[in-house]
Amino acid sequence: MIRDITIGQYYPADSILHRLDPRLKLNGTLIFIISIFLFNTFYGYIAVTIFLASIIKMSKVPFKFIARGLKAIIVILLFTMTFNLLLTPGDVLLQVGFLKITRQGLHSALFMGIRLTYLILGSSLMTFTTTPNQLTDGLERLLWPLRRIKVPVHEIAMMMSIALRFIPILLEETDKIMKAQMARGADFESGGIIKRAKGLVPLLVPLFVSAFRRANDLAMAMEARCYRGGEGRTKMKPLRYEGRDGLAYIVLLAYLAVVIVISIFEDRLPVIL
Amino acid sequence: MQIVFDNINYVYSSGTAFEQHALKDINLKISKGEFIGLIGHTGSGKSTLIQHMNGLIKASSGGIYYEGQNIYDSNYSMRELRSKVGLVFQYPEHQLFETTVFKDVCFGPKNLGLDKLEVELRAYEALKMVGIGEDLLDASPFELSGGQKRRVAIAGILAMRPEVLILDEPTAGLDPMGRDEILGQVANLHKEKGLTVILVTHSMEDVAKYVDRILVMNKGNLVMDQETRKVFARYKELEEMYLAAPQVTYITNELKAKGLDINTDATTVAEAKEDILKYINN
Repeated sequence: MIRDITIGQYYPADSILHRLDPRLKLNGTLIFIISIFLFNTFYGYIAVTIFLASIIKMSKVPFKFIARGLKAIIVILLFTMTFNLLLTPGDVLLQVGFLKITRQGLHSALFMGIRLTYLILGSSLMTFTTTPNQLTDGLERLLWPLRRIKVPVHEIAMMMSIALRFIPILLEETDKIMKAQMARGADFESGGIIKRAKGLVPLLVPLFVSAFRRANDLAMAMEARCYRGGEGRTKMKPLRYEGRDGLAYIVLLAYLAVVIVISIFEDRLPVIL
Repeated sequence: MQIVFDNINYVYSSGTAFEQHALKDINLKISKGEFIGLIGHTGSGKSTLIQHMNGLIKASSGGIYYEGQNIYDSNYSMRELRSKVGLVFQYPEHQLFETTVFKDVCFGPKNLGLDKLEVELRAYEALKMVGIGEDLLDASPFELSGGQKRRVAIAGILAMRPEVLILDEPTAGLDPMGRDEILGQVANLHKEKGLTVILVTHSMEDVAKYVDRILVMNKGNLVMDQETRKVFARYKELEEMYLAAPQVTYITNELKAKGLDINTDATTVAEAKEDILKYINN
């Protein structure tokens, strides 16, 4: 069940997108997210759709796999769209009882739907093509200037990568403890909500104990290797921009320029909705 | 036959890139009262195999029979099976959760739906079997030493009065004293109560000392299923699977190669000593 959630997962493949510098991908995602909130007409979304579709194609991640990430937000998506559709005041198109659909409502519902969908597709594409370690590395470098105002950038990045590293370990541990308790006749599936919540005690107590034990071991191991935070620390594989990253930045800037031009002139084009 | 495996196959995450054939056509018969050793290097499928025995993992294909009944029948009670086939996982002390030792051991029998008196009787009995003294009954399980914790965890399974006891590396990480104690107690249970025991271990010395029959797993296949000395006689094949025979086997074989006419199928030091003395006295 937990494995069905594909948002935030890494999908190993050999594509140009996988090889790009994580800093570029973080910046690109940011620009993409800004771009989907720029427009008020559909003309802009033509450019956004072309851009997104070609990037998905380049990433070599199957579209089916990416679309699965949308499952997690489908409820929120439908919820927002319905409310926008029914509760926006304006020119009435259709009225059934006290429910009215307005032109403005239809407009904002459609836009909200597109924006949320593209937001998820775009940002999950970043995590599909970037390993968690690269991601934290990139984030650390991008936030580096904040050190001047005493933000512990390295420590935050280290905490993030440790947390990410522990997710699969704790999942495995949960599975193991669950099986061990089932071997003692524990039942995690049947019964009412109170019985089930009580049934989790034999799972949660050992899980917490083991999480603390592992944290302790890790702290000890880091200390034994003289870890003392980010001060003066160098990297074995420092992030370096390559030729392809420069090219990708040019593409990104071109996209940004196109998007800005469209958003300036879109009001002069004939209105679709 | 107590446990029968009929052509068991198990495939992990089938249909994805991570697919793995963990068990291949396993056929196996285990009778009541046997003491069996299960060996194989890391990742050979030992743990997957034993988790099939009490229904924690369901085979992809094939059938498993416990006392003649198919455990995959829809009306077969898995809970009953798990009370009869007790499985002690690796590092079982990690599953302790209650506030006192006694309460933790009560967890298993309580899940069987027994009345309070019976539950407490069984827990008391099980703790006695593993040699945990009465002074520790009200201690927190987290305050005990490593060896004590492990014995409490084993008692948690024994309290369900299983007919088959499966132990997955019960001595990993224990000192020699703790190791001998635990295995000695298991051997006693086997002798006195006629318990069927399946011991998964990496220690060939332990296998040689206690076990009558050895199962060898390699890459998901059950490659050997013979009595102990016959398996160790094939020590060259074992080495190819990253396993080994007890040190005594190597010594007796070496002596024989040097021209001493002695038996090479001794598996323990005591047996080898007898053989060598016999040769010298002749």
